[in-house]
Amino acid sequence: MDAEFDGRDRHAINGKLPRPERTVQVLVIGAGPAGVAAAIQAAKGGAQVLLVDENPVSASLMGLDTPLYFGGRMTPAVQRQDRMIEQVFAANPQLEDAFNLGVEVALATYAWGAFVNGPALQSLPQPMVGLADEERAWLVGYDKLILATGARDIAMAFPGWDQPGVMGANGLAALLQRYDAFAGRRVVVLGGGDLGLKTAMSALDRGLEVAAVVELLPTIPGDAALAQALEARGVPILTGQMIHRAHGGLDGVERVEVGPPGGPVREIACDTACMALGLAPAIELLNAMGGALEADSRRGGHAPRVTDGVRTSLADVFVAGDCAGLPGDLAHAEAQGIAAAQAALGLAVEVPPPAPQVDAWTYQMDWMRALLGAGGDDVIVCQCEEVSRGDLLGVQPPRYLDRPPAMAARDVHTLLADGPINQDQIKRLTRACMGACQARRCREQVALTLACATQSAPETIPLAGFRAPVRPLPLKVLADWDEAAAMSEGWDVWFGIPSQWIPYQDIGAEREAMHRAILGGDMHL
Amino acid sequence: MTKNGASVVIVGGGVTGLSAGWQLARAGCDVLVLDKGVVGWEASGRNGGGASHYHSPLFAEEQRMWPLMDDLLGYPTEYRRERVIVALTEAQLAHYHYMAAMFNELGFTAEHLDARQAIETAPLVSDQCLGGIHLKFGGHANPQRTVQAYAWALQDHGGRILQHAPVTGFGTTGGRVTSVKTPRGEFGCDVLVMAAGPQGGMLMEQLGVNLPMAPARAEMIVTEPAPLMAIGGVDGNGLYGRQTLRGNLAYGGGPHEWIDLDAAGPAARPTTPLMRNLAKRVAELLPKAAHLRVIRSWAGVIETTPDGRPVIDRLTSPDNVVVATMSGVGFGLSPASGHAVADLVLEGRCSFTDLSKLALDRFADLPADWRQQRGWTPASALTQPAGA
Repeated sequence: MDAEFDGRDRHAINGKLPRPERTVQVLVIGAGPAGVAAAIQAAKGGAQVLLVDENPVSASLMGLDTPLYFGGRMTPAVQRQDRMIEQVFAANPQLEDAFNLGVEVALATYAWGAFVNGPALQSLPQPMVGLADEERAWLVGYDKLILATGARDIAMAFPGWDQPGVMGANGLAALLQRYDAFAGRRVVVLGGGDLGLKTAMSALDRGLEVAAVVELLPTIPGDAALAQALEARGVPILTGQMIHRAHGGLDGVERVEVGPPGGPVREIACDTACMALGLAPAIELLNAMGGALEADSRRGGHAPRVTDGVRTSLADVFVAGDCAGLPGDLAHAEAQGIAAAQAALGLAVEVPPPAPQVDAWTYQMDWMRALLGAGGDDVIVCQCEEVSRGDLLGVQPPRYLDRPPAMAARDVHTLLADGPINQDQIKRLTRACMGACQARRCREQVALTLACATQSAPETIPLAGFRAPVRPLPLKVLADWDEAAAMSEGWDVWFGIPSQWIPYQDIGAEREAMHRAILGGDMHL
Repeated sequence: MTKNGASVVIVGGGVTGLSAGWQLARAGCDVLVLDKGVVGWEASGRNGGGASHYHSPLFAEEQRMWPLMDDLLGYPTEYRRERVIVALTEAQLAHYHYMAAMFNELGFTAEHLDARQAIETAPLVSDQCLGGIHLKFGGHANPQRTVQAYAWALQDHGGRILQHAPVTGFGTTGGRVTSVKTPRGEFGCDVLVMAAGPQGGMLMEQLGVNLPMAPARAEMIVTEPAPLMAIGGVDGNGLYGRQTLRGNLAYGGGPHEWIDLDAAGPAARPTTPLMRNLAKRVAELLPKAAHLRVIRSWAGVIETTPDGRPVIDRLTSPDNVVVATMSGVGFGLSPASGHAVADLVLEGRCSFTDLSKLALDRFADLPADWRQQRGWTPASALTQPAGA
């Protein structure tokens, strides 16, 4: 062997990534119906179980519409996290059952990443999940991981949507049921599928006014009996209509314009416009850790690839509940949770029967096509980065950059001539989906907008990928302040190859040895 | 020539291949770029955007071209001039001062900064910093915007790009490469440019040429926007990075992971808990930004030659092939590397600098186990060090 080398690269990652602080037998992420059922079943089976849930999330994350589309309609109560922890616990009686069975319950704890060895990654000492609270981040290893992370709201832009009071159905449900901290009084529900009808009924049951349920299709696609029950309680159900604009003031929405796609419109007074146009399985962690997905409109869009309903493509990783592909009802979510726990324990799995599903993308594309007719190119699609429809479809850079003639001549159609639409590519060019909310408000609607504009089927547009941290975490919280010595000692800014940074004229000259001796391999220490 | 071919077929739509293709197309040459997927999808679009590679024989030309690039390309690159490197320890400061002396000897001006000057230049920098150096050269640009700008400018000059066309083989006649085979067709060529990054070694092997390289994965993180600093390129504390014009802080550094790669390229580009170590160093370097949220991490796969230096060479056999690997440091140099490659295609030699030390034949006597000697092998191929 050449004397210069000893068979080791001290700057490589090998052996540097730390082991997690602890390892649990079963780690369940998400304490909704599926997650709690999974935790209880696993505990009954004798496993050591850690059940993690991010609720109550901090008020500042709620302001970023993370993890759900809260639309700025939280009461100030959400700023008192200690009170909110009691509230979240009280709103979920099954948590107490889990607790009494010996499940360790960690509320107000974010799961921001999950890591397994796989293609292009062999340096992890074991599979692990990244957790954090408001103060610090840490790593927990698992033997089995059950993801029960629920579903996210799908938003769609219309004039005036970028103000407080425009929100999502799951965001509203969380504020009403989990937090008891909804600041609105009078709601217009957009979408007459089961999601919208249940949202409206739930709002009525909580003493809110429902000013209307607005459905674009000529007939209500949701449960007819539920629609009748709403009408019997005085809720106008408007079919063949959509929202055209939301008007408001400093505190957000005050009234909305509603009418058939081509008009005319009328105004309805309300403080909240709740979008119930669909939910997307919350696949952030699974996608970021490399689990296989498939595009399936009847499972809510991009959903985990599963076998037995709960096994993912990754060893020892299971999914249950809405994140597994929108089971639709409580009983099914719980059955999936139990099945996931059984699978995790290595027991026979009774495969939960699939619940009947709607064709989510067809429905959402109908709405998107109609809403694209409301307002013009200047309607903002990505709120964080202030990307308008026009700039998105023009594939134009942000306003702080020049748009010379060649740039202005480019658009999504010239890009389409080069190959299939790729949302991540368009994200990089327009910044749509690049903002602090991590594209929670715009990921799906950007895909739908691109699909409409290019006459592409939504399933042909690759998912704009999720990357850890899948919750926005401050640098000082994410940081490993207790870094392992192996990491510190082997750190280099770039590879640490002693010959790489030698000035060209010194290569092979005497001065090369001097530079190498003094600089080592480091460009910037 | 096969139908649909071109005078010059470039394998690899990264910055190096696209820059070369753009400059060839500008010169009136018939160019076709083949890419296995989307242009700029690998390391070319997933790097720190740095453009301060003083050590390279291409650097002077790079420095000449970068300020012109937006106009030359017709598309914005987000190029910004200059960098600062800030020290938090005496050892770092001594190191940076040595580097500054080296830069000045090379004719690129670097000035010492005291702590107050460093903070004035980059207000997010730690009050505890010991100063640093100010590079009155170099800079940074937006990799994703730039790589697309090359692609579009190439098309504007009549060049063609075929995406989703992974190269599977070559046709050869009389010791020359005459065509390039892909699932989307076979394309005739007079000259082949190999600029396929980490896949380049495997592809050249099919032509009987040993282009030694090892692929590795490296990681970066990015925060939500901070107020704009006067100079967006602020390095130090073991980090390289830039502030985007939007304000985001994008930083990388730290250990890389050697990987195995198949011909299809990276199957995934995962990040790891290394992002926590990056976050720590950014928070130390820029404590006034420590409250900013990290909103993404990403990884890129890059190739490195045995000495870490590029190979830019026109081969003698086959004699119509130009190879270009920038050995993991390709983005910033791309205006000049493309110029060099275009020169090698058109003239057989680089018109503006000496590249003799970057010729492939320096590896003629490389032992077959060079990766093992250096430990440049995947983690799974190694025993874990004691105590790990």
